[in-house]
Parts: sequence; C-alpha cells; structure tokens
Amino acid sequence: MPNTKTVVPYSGTPEQEAQLKAVIAEYKDVPGGTMPVMQQAQEIFGYLPEEVQIMIAEGMGIPLEEVYGISTFYSLYNLNPKGRYKITVCLGTACYVKGSQAILDKIVARLGCPVGSISKDGKYSVDATRCVGACGLAPVMMVNDDVYGRMTPDQVDDVLAKYK
Amino acid sequence: MDTVKLTINGIEVEAPAGSTIIQAANLAGIKIPSLCYLKDLNEIGACRICMVEVKGAKGLVASCVYPVNEGMEVWTNTQKVRDARKMTLELLLSNHRMECLTCRRSGTCELQDLAHDFGIDKVRFQTEKMEPQIEDSALHLVRDNSKCVLCRRCVAACAAQGVGVIGCNERGFQTEIGSPFGRGLVETACISCGQCIVNCPTGALTERDDTGKVWAALADETKHVVIATAPSVRAGLGECFGMPIGTNVEGKMVAAMRRMGFDGVFDVDTAADFTIIEEGTELLERIKNGGVLPLITSCSPGWIRYAEQYHPDFLPNISSCKSPQGMFGGLMKTYYAEKMGIDPKDMVVVSVMPCTAKKYEIKRPDMQGAPGYQDIDISITTRELGEMIKRSGLNFTALPDEAFDPIFGIASGAADIFGASGGVMEAALRTVSSILAGEENAPLEFHEVRGLESVKEATYELPGKTVRVAVVSGTKNAGALLDAVRAGEKEYDFIEVMCCPGGCINGGGQPYVPAEIKNFVDYRSLRAKALYDEDAGKELRKSHHNPIVQEVYAEYLGEWGGEKAHHILHTTYQAQPKYRL
Repeated sequence: MPNTKTVVPYSGTPEQEAQLKAVIAEYKDVPGGTMPVMQQAQEIFGYLPEEVQIMIAEGMGIPLEEVYGISTFYSLYNLNPKGRYKITVCLGTACYVKGSQAILDKIVARLGCPVGSISKDGKYSVDATRCVGACGLAPVMMVNDDVYGRMTPDQVDDVLAKYK
Repeated sequence: MDTVKLTINGIEVEAPAGSTIIQAANLAGIKIPSLCYLKDLNEIGACRICMVEVKGAKGLVASCVYPVNEGMEVWTNTQKVRDARKMTLELLLSNHRMECLTCRRSGTCELQDLAHDFGIDKVRFQTEKMEPQIEDSALHLVRDNSKCVLCRRCVAACAAQGVGVIGCNERGFQTEIGSPFGRGLVETACISCGQCIVNCPTGALTERDDTGKVWAALADETKHVVIATAPSVRAGLGECFGMPIGTNVEGKMVAAMRRMGFDGVFDVDTAADFTIIEEGTELLERIKNGGVLPLITSCSPGWIRYAEQYHPDFLPNISSCKSPQGMFGGLMKTYYAEKMGIDPKDMVVVSVMPCTAKKYEIKRPDMQGAPGYQDIDISITTRELGEMIKRSGLNFTALPDEAFDPIFGIASGAADIFGASGGVMEAALRTVSSILAGEENAPLEFHEVRGLESVKEATYELPGKTVRVAVVSGTKNAGALLDAVRAGEKEYDFIEVMCCPGGCINGGGQPYVPAEIKNFVDYRSLRAKALYDEDAGKELRKSHHNPIVQEVYAEYLGEWGGEKAHHILHTTYQAQPKYRL
C-alpha cells in the first residue's frame, strides 16, 4: 500500500517551508481549506511526507490524522517522493488484458518496493497508471519519458539495467 | 418550544421542531434500531440500519439524521424496511470476523444483538476471510479491525476529546480505523482515556485484559494481594449484572472481592481524602506564598497526559498530588506494609478503576512511594472486575452488603463524589473553607459546581481570599478553557479538570451502555446521583474529619504537605512531544 511511511529521509528546505506557511496563512480561515493546502504543499514538496503533514495539521489547527486520512483517501496525493527514475506500468484495459500486471509484479519483485513507493536509495519509484494512450503497443511501461511497448516479464531486467 | 405533528406507524406524535425521526419515534415509544448513531457525537447516517419509510421521500431515509416535518408520515416497520435492514446487516457481517463465542464483547455487542433481533441465521455473503488485525502498542487498549464495522463512533469520541489520533484511512474496501502513517497508538498523542472503547459497538476496541495477572496473584500463596475500588466503580458495576443504571453496589462489590480471596479489600475513596488534604494544603500554600495559580487538579491521568502533550505550558499549574490511585498504592507499599510487617516485594496491589488511563498511570516513572516498587501493580477496569466476579461463580445480586476492611476502608462523603465532575472541587472546597472560615461557617454542599455542563464556574468569598473556581470535563473543553486562561480572558484560582465528559462515572473503563440506551437516557446523571446520595447519607462528609486520615498523618506521615507526605503522595510531570517522528 502507498500509505507506508516513506523510506527516503525528509529533505525540505527552509524556502519550501516558508512557501507552505504562506499557503496555510491564505487558507487557514477558509472553510474546506485543508485540501487546497495539501494540494499546494504537494506542488511545493513533490509529495506529502509526515513532516509536511504535521506542518499542515499544526498550521490549520486540525489533528494530523485528519490530514493523513484525506491523503490516503484521494489517490492524487502522494506520500512518497518520485524517484530519479519514475517507473510507471499501464494498467489500462488494453495493457491489462495483455498481461501488464505480470510486468508490474516483476518490477516490484526486482526493486523490492511496493507500488506507490520508492526504493531506499531514492533511485526508483514504482506506480501503476491508467491508459497512457499507447494501446497499440500494449502492454506498456514507462521510465520517465521513455516508453517501452510489447513488454514481457522477461524483458524487465534489460529495461531496468539501462537506468543505473 | 416549536413543535411539529407527524405520524409514525399511524400513531400521531408531537415532537420538537428540528428533532430527527429517531428522536420523535422514541417519544412515541417506538424503537428504531441503529448502530452508528450516537446522539450529539456521531450523527452521520453511515450504517443504514435505522432506515425508515417516509411517505413521498425517494427511497428509504436514515432516521438518525432525517428531520421531522409537519404532517410527515413515517413507517418504521414495513416489510421493505425490515428487508433493507436485514440486507445491510448481512453485508456488514460479510467481512466480519465472527468469533462471537470467544469474543470479549459477546453479550454486550451491539452488532450481535442486531443480528439476533433480525434473525440472521446464516451469512449469505462471504468475502475475503478476515484475519485478526491486532494493534496493541498502547498499555490500555487492544484494537482488532477484523471486528470493526466502520461506524466511526470511536473516531467521533476521540475528536470530541480534542485528541483525534484515530481516523478512517484509505478508501473503499481498504478503509480502516488507524493512526497517521500506520503508527501504533503508543506513537501518537493518545491520552488513554478509553472513550473510543466505551463507545465501540463491537469487539474491535477493548481494554487490555489484565485480569490474568490478578488471577495469578491470587493463586500465588506467597503474595499478599490487596484490592481497592475507585468511587465510580460502585456506581457502575451493577450494570454488569443487569441492575438498573445508578444502583450503588458498594456492599455487594466488597462482598464479592472478599469472596474472591483478596487479603485486603480497601477503598480508594479513603485515598481520595488524602488527596484533598494534600491538594487543599497545596492550594492554601500557593495562595499564601504567591505560588503559580490557577492550581489545577491532577486526579485524572487522561487529563495529565493531555496536558503533557497538548498544553505543557500549564504543567507548573497542575497540583503535584498523585491521583487517589497513586496515593493509595504509595500508602499501601509504605504505611500499610510497615504496619502489617509485610515486605513490599511480597505485596500485589490491585486497583479497580472506571478508567483505562490508569493502566498507563501505574507505569509512570514517578509513581513509587516505596522506591523500587510500583505503587499499584495491576489496574483493572470496572468491566474487568465484573468479568472476574462472573468467573468466580458468585451470584452478585444475591450477595450480602459488606463493609471495606477498616484499616483502609473509611471514607468521607467528599471522597465518594470524586467520581462526578465537580466532586473533587466540592470536596476540596469543604476542607479549604473549613480551614479558612472555621468548621461552623463552612458550607457542606457546593451545588454550583455539580451537574453535567462541560464548564461550571463559581466564586466563593472566604476570609482573606476570594476563590474563583472552574470545573471542566472532557479534554477538548479543558483545552478551550486553558486557551481562555492563557489569553487572559478568564481568571481562576482553582480549576478541576476531568478527562472524560461528566467525570469518572463516564470513564472509559465503565460498563458499556448500548447506544439505544445512551441516546435516550441520561445515564451519567444516574450514576452521579448514586455518589451524591451516598455522600448525603453520611455523617462523615469532610475529608479532614476522616479518622484514618487523622491517624495516618499523626502516626506516620507527619505534617499535611510535609516532607514524608510529599515523598509518598506527590509526583512530577514532564512535557511530552505531540508527534514522535
């Protein structure tokens, strides 16, 4: 599950934290202000680690659990940063029927980090995604902007080897 | 009051405008089953058990949140309604780990009752079999989400305490009750109040079962095992045996514990009288010497834990007195051990508390009146005592009324009322005003601080000092009051804080009151009345008149608030982080 605490240490800068404070000040008294704050916090930090969620909770005067509950309810909030190599496997209909789940399983097994998380060294992150618009190449995986089509589980190691 | 007329099942009902259908039905003597609904606390229409038919409405409506209207026609018991409720129940049960025979809540489970009432004789839907999902990182609580129905009553209770360390995480089938980032409760700023437990309808939340340790101690012939009960236990325990809410069962409770084989059966109320002596002395000293005011009471470990984590700037205001439980344990391992010639290492001191935070309190580092020995060895709840009595094969309701062992079993009425919000304040005022104004001029009863209001205020003119007091229960209310004090909006000399709303009579360790009763019966007032009645019926109504108090100070402790008393009866506090990254 993506709700596991990230293994990558928090590395927010004072500038980022100041930016977040300004956002919180803007939304503190706005009804329903928590979600826009979370959204902008994610734009600032790239994801919503515990440290950032605590800043939001304290700033908005609400329990941390409320922020965390929202962050795990909506799939667009990320609790983990993205890796240097952002690996996504399409689980859209066409890719799925062509066996993309097996590709994803193989990647997860190779990198040892579950879907939605990041490897310990911060190098790889793994996500499942909906249709990437390359159904003709199904099943498809992407590493950053590189697209790999007609994948088989056997080819996973070769693809990963290109990204060291 | 504006009212509206409606009919429910053809019966004409007049209900206050703004009430919900379930409330109006109750007025007409019609019971609508419910599960997630807790009046004023959890009104979210989530579980869909309370569905009813309303003429003209689209589909069935949730009666716990649907407001009544003039001329409304409601049907609560049609085939359509019964079928819908049954289907909802079957779906709730489809992923419930049904192990009723071995579940601690068997017999007090609201889901079990509903399944029984609706004649669920088989489970038609089977989803993934749930395995136990045990979270038992905290000293006071065990959570098993495989028995959770996601009613959110615990979440609402936690939020209402101003704590909010549990909530719903994930979504859809993955939704589960938990704490941020999958942390165990012990890593959160939980205050151990147990309001989540006492509001849980199923076996998903229970207190940590410490009865096994008590049985083991009783079976160990080398141990001298004593037990004592907090004030509120006698006002609640009867409910475990089907007695009416508010029955004072002190005599039968004592008889039961004696028959279970304890070597001493004592009263924590006696220790509460010591608390008043020490806390009263502290108040008078702080007033006289310009100490930190307002003084805030320290009897409630949930409140202490709340203060340490959420309002640490007020720690210097909190009385250094241990809670009555701590004072009892401290005196047992010192005064009593010496008097009886028993080595404290051969003693097991058990407390029975209406409280789950007491399980945590006994492990606090500065709770050792006899150095090296925990004051209290085992703390069990009112419910756990009820379980133990049943297991002992005692016919509780038929037991005779017996008295506590006299060596530590005489208490003033002032101590009895500790269990109700305002009780500690009243008890302290009785003694403090007696000292300042003289026995004859001091009032016996302070009605301004009684009752269930979340905040009560009063001002008393005493010789040489106007004492401004506040009584607050529920930590969220306490937090708001402290914010006002911090901002200079309110000024007091003495504040009583109880963690649980209404005080210990409504503690997290008290017997379960099913929502169908809780929503419509003022059970807290009934329990409190049992204590106020006990007080009113006593000759001995002031703590400093207690002959045991007088004897122990004269023979053993020395001065009120003196060095030895401080050593055994006082403690310290430490600011604690709200987040543990």
